Amino acid sequence: MSITYLEAIREAQAVALRDDPRVFIYGQDVAAFGGAFKATKNLAREFPGRVFDAPISEDAMIGMAVGAAVEGLRPIVEMQFADFSTAGFNQIVNQAATLFWRTKIPCSLTVRLPFGGTSGSGPFHSQSLETIYAHYPGLIVMTPATVEDAYSMLIAAVAIDDPVIFCEHKFLYYHLKAEALPSEALPVGKARIAREGRDLTIVAYSAMVHEALAAAAELAPEGWQIEVVDLRTVKPLDTDTVMASVARTGRLLCVGEAWPWGGVTAEVIARVASEGFGLLDVPPQRLNAKDTPIPYHPNLWAAHRPTARAIAVAARKMLRQ
Amino acid sequence: MFDTVLDASVVGETDRLRELHLSAYRFMLQARLLDEKLASLYRAGKIHGGVFLSRGQEALSVAIGVSLRKTDVFAPLIRDSAGRLAFGETILDSLQTCLGSALGPMRGRDGNVHRGKPREGYLAMISHLGAMISVVNGTLFARRFKGVKDVVGVTCIGDGGTATGAFHEALNQAAVEKLPLVLVVANNQYAYSTPNDREFACADLTDRAVGYGITPHSVDGTDLTACLDVVGRAVAQARRGEGPQLVVASLLRLCGHGEHDDAGYIDPKKKNSPLGRDCLKVAEDILLNRQWADATEMAVWRNEALRIIETTVARVQREPAPDPFAEHWTAISTRDLRETHDELGV
Repeated sequence: MSITYLEAIREAQAVALRDDPRVFIYGQDVAAFGGAFKATKNLAREFPGRVFDAPISEDAMIGMAVGAAVEGLRPIVEMQFADFSTAGFNQIVNQAATLFWRTKIPCSLTVRLPFGGTSGSGPFHSQSLETIYAHYPGLIVMTPATVEDAYSMLIAAVAIDDPVIFCEHKFLYYHLKAEALPSEALPVGKARIAREGRDLTIVAYSAMVHEALAAAAELAPEGWQIEVVDLRTVKPLDTDTVMASVARTGRLLCVGEAWPWGGVTAEVIARVASEGFGLLDVPPQRLNAKDTPIPYHPNLWAAHRPTARAIAVAARKMLRQ
Repeated sequence: MFDTVLDASVVGETDRLRELHLSAYRFMLQARLLDEKLASLYRAGKIHGGVFLSRGQEALSVAIGVSLRKTDVFAPLIRDSAGRLAFGETILDSLQTCLGSALGPMRGRDGNVHRGKPREGYLAMISHLGAMISVVNGTLFARRFKGVKDVVGVTCIGDGGTATGAFHEALNQAAVEKLPLVLVVANNQYAYSTPNDREFACADLTDRAVGYGITPHSVDGTDLTACLDVVGRAVAQARRGEGPQLVVASLLRLCGHGEHDDAGYIDPKKKNSPLGRDCLKVAEDILLNRQWADATEMAVWRNEALRIIETTVARVQREPAPDPFAEHWTAISTRDLRETHDELGV
């Protein structure tokens, strides 16, 4: 028996609904239909009165969740696509993210963002928005890369007293499988060494972890041992684990699927450069998507985002320095 | 507190009406005097940031406060000083926030009208107009989810705020969920400086209610009796399970948008029309004409309110300001998930 990344997300929500009567799910098509991706399949039936269809009103969906959180509930809001969360952006960054700091009332809500590129999805169903949410104080931003993390981190997200932006990668929904769901997990906020190595550190998160692992496998026969760090949460950012890895390898390559200007990869490099400059044997590098909207055609899409091949090319350049 | 339809023909109703008017008037008077004090503190440079007064909107706002119970939800907006007091906010909370006291509900982290105590059903507005409506929806949704009955949520907006997408989404959401929401629109004729004809093109803002499938109410916002009647009725209908209610009040803001604004854009014809009546003066005339109060009593109430305001100002001015070195500088409640990265450790 195996379980997919998407099924793990569905199971995590079932666990949250089962274990905590304060939890409910609110989103477009999430009730009887089970969600556009079926991430809430059968939950409305299994948990009557706990899963609610929302009108296509992203602003009001988040506002409603904030009000419910003030009343002590723990809403999970499903955005149909991360891209549409910009229509609820004001409520996320100005209402949810400021509530605790302003009023001492924790804002315990989870916003699920199906994000990232899949071939053929185009400019408005492919975006990676972790950077803009991480920019705002008051939010926790999770980017699980594995089935196990998708499951355990979503359960953790719902239990956290603060607003969590849960970025679940659509490309991983069906492709990524595990044998079983985990019974224990790394603490939230800790990065993970996804592959050990001594020559170069690749820092990645979400789907890019798998591209980085593929690049590391490609480079292994050439004699290079690549260490891959999976950030797991981009905020808080586990600088210590990154720094320790760079101390071992002396080379840092950061990979993100989001756009290049600013962002998680820039933040990682800025921290290593300012706090660990002496650890670096070569200038740190980063790979991101191109600075254009995300293209529809598979030929263009495959060239727009970092791939295992592009990562391997960038890594070779650094390794030969 | 009072939530049935005003009807002077009912036995005992006159006494109830009298008490309601007297209570409302005294909150209006306190709000007006507090506003005047805030304006003078602002001019004296004692208040950081803006001061936003409620002058001209006290009758409408107070009608909300006296129509609600402590167990209800209230999300006031910029010109609701009277409604805030009537709902239970103290003059101390208000002054601590406006003067930035570390002991106040906002602890110097937010100021002026951005204050509240959410766990007491008293929400703290953000500046983005329309954004509080769906939050009130959420509190009402949550109460229903928890099985709490007999709750009403009221929030306020101006004519300008009705042009936002958030207003539309939230009213539609309230209607879909059949929530006990009362949205009170103070049409004070100007969104900051922009007149109604640049904000909306429907004949009357109550027309919008039809489109959402909710109940409209119109009221003369300068007339305390009318406001108590109409707002009280809207709150009672929401409490009875009749779904969301939209109250639109016509009035005029009798001050600038903030104390930095001389409001030179307000058409003198509007000032001289019935819209430009001072609702506090109208309320005084109502009390005098009905012989519910006389000038001596009013003077006593005024002096009493002034004394409380003056002593509270003196107290708050002696309170500590927030200390940046004692501040936690953490925006989340989960301390072990806070960002620990700190440039240069300073």
